[in-house]
Amino acid sequence: MRAALARLIDWPFEALQRALGAARMPYVFVLPNLLVFGIFVVLPMLLNIWYATTSGVELMPEQRPFTGLANFSELLDCSNYLNVASCRQDRFWRAVDNTLWFVAFQVVTMVALSLITAVVLNRKMPLRGFFRAVFFYPVLLSPVVVALIWKWILQPDGVLNAILVANGGQRLPFLLDSDWSFTWTVVVSVWAHMGFYVLILLAGLQAIPPDLYEAAAMDGTPQWRVFWRITMPLLMPNMAVVLVLGLIRAVQAFDEIYVLTGGGPGTATQYIVQYIYETAFAGQVHIMGLAAAASMLVGGVLLVLTLLQLLASARAKQ
Amino acid sequence: MKTFFRRTIMAGAAMLALPLLAAAPADAATELRIMWYSDANEGDVMRDLLDRFEKANPDIKVALDRVPYKTITDNLPALVSSGQAPDMARVTDLGGQSSYYLNLTPYLKDKAYWDVNFKDVLPWVRPPGETDGVYGLMTQLTITMPIVNETLFQQAGIPLPGPTATWDDWAKAAKAVATKLNVPIPIAIDRSGHRIAGPAISYGAKFFSPDGQPALVDAGLKTMATKIYGWHNDGVMSKAIWGSVGGAAYRGANEEFSNGQVVLYMSGSWQFAQFVKTVGDGFDWHGVANPCGPASCSGMPGGAALVAYKTSKHPAEIGKLMDYLASEPVYSEFHARTLFLTAHKGLMAKGIPYAADKPQIKKSLDAAFANVKALSPVAYQLQGYRLNRVLFTPLTVRLNQAISGEMTLDDAFARMTQDMQDGLKAAGVK
Repeated sequence: MRAALARLIDWPFEALQRALGAARMPYVFVLPNLLVFGIFVVLPMLLNIWYATTSGVELMPEQRPFTGLANFSELLDCSNYLNVASCRQDRFWRAVDNTLWFVAFQVVTMVALSLITAVVLNRKMPLRGFFRAVFFYPVLLSPVVVALIWKWILQPDGVLNAILVANGGQRLPFLLDSDWSFTWTVVVSVWAHMGFYVLILLAGLQAIPPDLYEAAAMDGTPQWRVFWRITMPLLMPNMAVVLVLGLIRAVQAFDEIYVLTGGGPGTATQYIVQYIYETAFAGQVHIMGLAAAASMLVGGVLLVLTLLQLLASARAKQ
Repeated sequence: MKTFFRRTIMAGAAMLALPLLAAAPADAATELRIMWYSDANEGDVMRDLLDRFEKANPDIKVALDRVPYKTITDNLPALVSSGQAPDMARVTDLGGQSSYYLNLTPYLKDKAYWDVNFKDVLPWVRPPGETDGVYGLMTQLTITMPIVNETLFQQAGIPLPGPTATWDDWAKAAKAVATKLNVPIPIAIDRSGHRIAGPAISYGAKFFSPDGQPALVDAGLKTMATKIYGWHNDGVMSKAIWGSVGGAAYRGANEEFSNGQVVLYMSGSWQFAQFVKTVGDGFDWHGVANPCGPASCSGMPGGAALVAYKTSKHPAEIGKLMDYLASEPVYSEFHARTLFLTAHKGLMAKGIPYAADKPQIKKSLDAAFANVKALSPVAYQLQGYRLNRVLFTPLTVRLNQAISGEMTLDDAFARMTQDMQDGLKAAGVK
């Protein structure tokens, strides 16, 4: 049966190999993937460049007048880059500012917590499998579900305020005050994504040969020294992956925060992807050129940050 | 093993054939697809009416695709501009995408009937420059107006302000009721530029310059915006409504009102049917006259229209369906069962037999009709302007930023003007 099936699959490839030659066959195998990549990644990127350099509200590329770098110059038009109010597109810069703060807090908190959690979960302890599942569980939830769960907890008459009031406290404006809202977007985002990074670090920890730890124990090396001299250096490749992925995901933060706070109050939790989405799609007039230019700027910054980080981790490895 | 494979193949073939068999009878009939959102029961009523239409016209099937309101405002425009529009849709941005609407005139049985009965609202859905065609059917005429929780006023022993009361009178009364009964929200206004346009017009906002060009910020708008800003600071309005979301997002307070947490809710006539269901016998509520300012006592007209798109391959069937839905008995039944205000002049004169067995509905509808009569001409002009959301959105976004403490009111006014100009420029308005 198996041989019959193999023959069934085999003959078109044999025919192709006869027609193209063995040297060209690898291209045949990567072609499907290349097509998917081309249609869903490369083509949208090229279209995005076209939108960023054109204006108007038309969706069809050929109907949009070419305006060169006008959208970029409008986005970058600021008399003082340290004062958002001085920028022509102040909402873009507010979103950039919010995103930078969010990335700084979210990535640092998440990497630190993921590392601690992974180290703890790597030790021999009762119910270890259960706890690993508990930390990974939020990753399985849809971002909208995550946001709705937290909204029920944090809204003015939500669970957390009910607990506060029941214990003689006062209601707190968790989603109505700028600072509180920002803090909770960081907390919720870390809660929702941490499990994924814990898993990556856990895999790294389990790949460290145990004989290194045994040798250190025989030498009587203190635990903190073992951590800094053995665990951390050998975990660096995984840490680099976690950092790069965490950074990219933090800049892309949108869905759960959009449902949780809608970017409010005011624009306190409006991050860059929400700005791009609202500029392109939410208003009556869809200013897609400006949104495309903003997404290219963000893409460029992300690319530079990722390259820098990869460079740094490559140097650290050497 | 062989039997297993044979059975599997036969089951697979049967599964593949089933949809084909099911699709076979449908191929014989023309299918129209309507993208439809609902505030209350109008989707169910429409489905009922469509079932009758299908029975009378077995060659036409109508699929009513029910979607959230956000799909209509955010996704439908992209579908339409990319040539992927459904045959028909129920829209509230009446003129925004009118250049894509199908002119129904050649497909209607009696255009004169439409001209006579929908004279005032037909221009709202016409593309720029067009003065004669029929481009849609208003499924609902709405008016923005306050709805009050009368029980709270009675419990507080505070009389309801009269029909000529100003916004300041209402703010004072609502605050007094809320303070006495410990109600969290004295006044709630939907987070929408359209909702505060009416009160702003009452305080003298014109929205257009004397030469007819859009002009968002003037003394009237500043007065009303300053009041709303102040009400958020002194507790007349709660930040839970305007402050709980950002950007241009709409946020209603219908849930808070249904839960008895709001004394006065500035929303509109489309909420009546919903409150009959959600409030039930919980408390007495009803719509009241729009509060006055020095210029008028105006709300904003509005509504939803059923429009068809040029890309549809079945314009003749669409014409047939539109004729059926616009016919007097069907149109009257739709409005009677949904408690919507009608845009049909003949029915306005005759009266609609509303299914209003509760006194609050009767009171609310009476107030709504009186509010329609009191509408300022500015309100009609603004509603008829096809890019009116280019004015409404900056009003919401920037006022919200001022309320949240991100900028001063003066900065917010300057940014409103700039955002409006950017929007108009992007839309190609010189």
